[in-house]
Amino acid sequence: MAALQINKQDGAPEIRRRANFLYVLLVIVFIGLTARLVHLQLVHGERYTFLSENNRVRLKRVPGTRGMIYDRHGELLVDSRPSFDLIFVPEDAKEPEQTLRVLAGRLAWDVDELLQTYQDNKSRSAFDEIVLGRDIEWAAVVAVEAHQLDLPGVSLRVRPRRNYADGPIAAHILGYMGEINQRQLKSYKEQGYLVGDEIGQSGLERHWEEVLRGQHGGQQVEVDALGRRVRVLHQVNDVPGYTVHLTLDRQMQQTAYEALQGKEGTIVAIDVNSGAILALASTPAFDPNVFARGIKGSEWNALINDRLRPLSNRATQGQFPPGSTFKIVMFIAGLEEGVVDPNSSISDPGFYYFGNRAFRDWKQGGHGSVNLHHSLVISCDTYYYQLGAKLGVDKIAKWARAFGLGEKTGIALDDERSGLIPDTTWKQKRYRQPWYPGETLSVAIGQGYVTVTPLQMANMMAAVANGGKLFQPRLVSKIESVDGSTVREFGPELIRTIEMKPDTLNRVHNALADVVKAGTGGMARSPLIEVAGKTGTAQVIEMKGAYLKSEHLSRFTRDHAWFVSYAPVQSPQVAVAVLIEHGGHGGDAAAPMAKKVFEKFVELQKQATEKQHVQAPGENRAD
Amino acid sequence: MCRRREKIVQIDRRLISHFDWTLFLLVLSFVAIGITTIYSANYNLATGHAGALPMRQFTWLGLGLIAMFVAISFDYHYIDRLAYPFYGVMLLLLVLVDIIGHSGGGSQRWINLGFFRLQPSEPAKLAIVLVMAKYFQSDEPAKGYYLRDLWVPFAIVAPLIFLTLIQPDLGTAIILGIVFISMVLMGGLRLRSFAYLVGAGIAFLPIGWQFLKTYQRNRILTFLDPDRDPLGAGYHVIQSQIAVGSGKLFGKGWLHGTQNRLNFLPEQHTDFIFAVFSEEWGFVGCAVLLLLFVMMIAYCLRVVQRAKDRFGALLVFGMLSIIFWHVTINVSMVTGLMPVVGVPLPMVSYGGSALATIMFAVGVIINVSMRRYVF
Repeated sequence: MAALQINKQDGAPEIRRRANFLYVLLVIVFIGLTARLVHLQLVHGERYTFLSENNRVRLKRVPGTRGMIYDRHGELLVDSRPSFDLIFVPEDAKEPEQTLRVLAGRLAWDVDELLQTYQDNKSRSAFDEIVLGRDIEWAAVVAVEAHQLDLPGVSLRVRPRRNYADGPIAAHILGYMGEINQRQLKSYKEQGYLVGDEIGQSGLERHWEEVLRGQHGGQQVEVDALGRRVRVLHQVNDVPGYTVHLTLDRQMQQTAYEALQGKEGTIVAIDVNSGAILALASTPAFDPNVFARGIKGSEWNALINDRLRPLSNRATQGQFPPGSTFKIVMFIAGLEEGVVDPNSSISDPGFYYFGNRAFRDWKQGGHGSVNLHHSLVISCDTYYYQLGAKLGVDKIAKWARAFGLGEKTGIALDDERSGLIPDTTWKQKRYRQPWYPGETLSVAIGQGYVTVTPLQMANMMAAVANGGKLFQPRLVSKIESVDGSTVREFGPELIRTIEMKPDTLNRVHNALADVVKAGTGGMARSPLIEVAGKTGTAQVIEMKGAYLKSEHLSRFTRDHAWFVSYAPVQSPQVAVAVLIEHGGHGGDAAAPMAKKVFEKFVELQKQATEKQHVQAPGENRAD
Repeated sequence: MCRRREKIVQIDRRLISHFDWTLFLLVLSFVAIGITTIYSANYNLATGHAGALPMRQFTWLGLGLIAMFVAISFDYHYIDRLAYPFYGVMLLLLVLVDIIGHSGGGSQRWINLGFFRLQPSEPAKLAIVLVMAKYFQSDEPAKGYYLRDLWVPFAIVAPLIFLTLIQPDLGTAIILGIVFISMVLMGGLRLRSFAYLVGAGIAFLPIGWQFLKTYQRNRILTFLDPDRDPLGAGYHVIQSQIAVGSGKLFGKGWLHGTQNRLNFLPEQHTDFIFAVFSEEWGFVGCAVLLLLFVMMIAYCLRVVQRAKDRFGALLVFGMLSIIFWHVTINVSMVTGLMPVVGVPLPMVSYGGSALATIMFAVGVIINVSMRRYVF
């Protein structure tokens, strides 16, 4: 205790002296603050009371016009058009329910529904607006304007509404808008978002939210006792969002979407020399305009409970076994790893014995004598069983991953899935089991644990076509400000270059061309453009015993149909992957759709060159 | 060890008769005013409820009472030993809050303790007082301290202020700085040296400006020119003044404020509680509330003057300066005399960390006040 005693026991004379000044300071501050209160409450009290009771100062926010989205040729995909919301502030109405009855009469709307909306919003803060109707018809706008005096508290709010020019055709890319949710509000609060604001909820609308949104403006408005605007005290202009230009070709997108009508599936078309996506359609789709006008609960429930999952983007979120399309990877791996002699043949009896199990070929009785080239053209399973056994799963995985399978492509869309390329380490980690050599054989024909997304397959075909350059698929080419100046431009982004011998490339290109010319992909053959590709039929259920024809299986157990391709064969330009869920044979169900997309591509190119020819003389004359 | 504890308990018993009921009751009245106003600020006309916040402030009062009695329970001379460890813990917590802290209102201010989200920048105010009281407790030089004597205190305090500033919590950083300067002046800095310091401070203003976040700069610019941001801070400044002004002489009555319910203030139960109070209780209510604060501070100044040693006097002065500056800055801000910075009204505003901090501070004052008779 003694150690803690402080030496001085006679207090602190200097501090005592200084404290005397502080009484004075305290009184001065008190007088100062009181004087301010006198000024506010007593001198100007009446004015402030008037402001607080009669003339209410409100904030009206004017959301910045959201940026537009164009396709690669400058054709409009998404814009915003003005729409009118019907607003009600009950505090401004003497008898809110009476006002609503009058309103219902004027608009010929259902009274009960209006009253219900009013009741539902009872617990809101005072003077918060109730939205009675979004995007109301022009006749209703006129009726409300004309009867303003009978409708105290009722007003119109103009606000830009998102408009998707082509409805559902690019729904999964463009995404949709929705009211900001609690979680988003937390992270976006600092950027000025408020409850009730619209925000991009999926697709490009979500991914480019910050670019598209623009800056809110607003007005500080004095309103009278009826809630009508007396005058604008202050105004801040809104700043429109940036314009986004896509790599997408609107007409090709349309073709792809229409080809898929009535099916569940997806088509991806990609520029092989840059990774630019030309078309990416997924069906069934949804209409983003429904979200823009305010989706009803029943509509939303119907969408999320639909067994066909219209909200999911099958190109990036669907993970499917690649089936025989995987043989392209096997083909290249076999040559590059030096485990196959392209000139020697095997004899295919229709099955391959491994361990004590017979692995069946899809063709009963087998294909007879088959060499490497032929094996791809006719899609001989037996050939790839023995090739798989020679390569081993780890080398297969190495080559599959080189082409970007089993990893996200990094495309700027939400919730992209990665698919799965299995190997021994993966199996050990996932199942704590060693890899069984028999499983390699399933992998060799793109079954078993292997899954891929259609986007990955399109991108892989692009890399095969261009000689090994794997680009990151991308959708956005340019961001522009409203005055048309470029804010940011996006060029090709190379993920990696896959080193392959020229001989390997030659052989795979020839084989793929022959698949269409003389093999399983005949239905993709077109008089307009020479196509190279590979069919695939991915099993959904394992076939035990009998050879079951797809047609004999029920809808949801039928095989997935694949066609992955590029064209033209000489100097390839565009790669297309088609997947039809439960479509049956790839050659029958998927290949014809790829053909449609390629033919559209040729047609558009022709139009473009004609246009140039027409323009060229004009330019000459101008010189 | 055992004997010592007995001795402390003995002293405590002797001290009960000297317990400072005046300060204790003043604190309780402020908290009572606070809870009724928080109730009104959160009252929803339609539902007739005020939500969970008023009840929660009761819980924080319990927490505050514990803090207060902890501060009273031991002889304040022990603080001499505890000052640096306490400072160290505060420093650590502030570093921690920047790393793992919970984001609230866009800045890192909280550490989640499960039942309670601790805002370490609040008790950091105490750390400055404790450490400075310890530093300046020995007799001051005959001519007072020179600026060169301030390097050590400055080095101690600067990290706390810096860490608070980058959270960013401008209001608390200002309080920390101003309490530090108050302690230094009270400790015996020469007035001429202080003048140099003010000069240097003004010179460094542009550098400090760089550290502010955009919204903080906007608040200051908006104060200088309210028309600059009519939809954001400017709107709040105007609406806050309308709230205070429309209270007139007697106010609109409890639960009858209208401005309050317009949701014009982002933090009507914390930093802007005085606006809610003014609207409902008018000039009379405000004058009474301010007078209560003046009484409390004047009373504490007496405790400063009667303290039996320099250490005790400095401790009490530091604690009262915390309260004084909070009240002055908060009321100035709400009435539009100062830019909007986040500073709560002590004991009245909603908030657990702030209430516990102020009640601990009052506990220290009571501690010194009680022991002035003990020699």
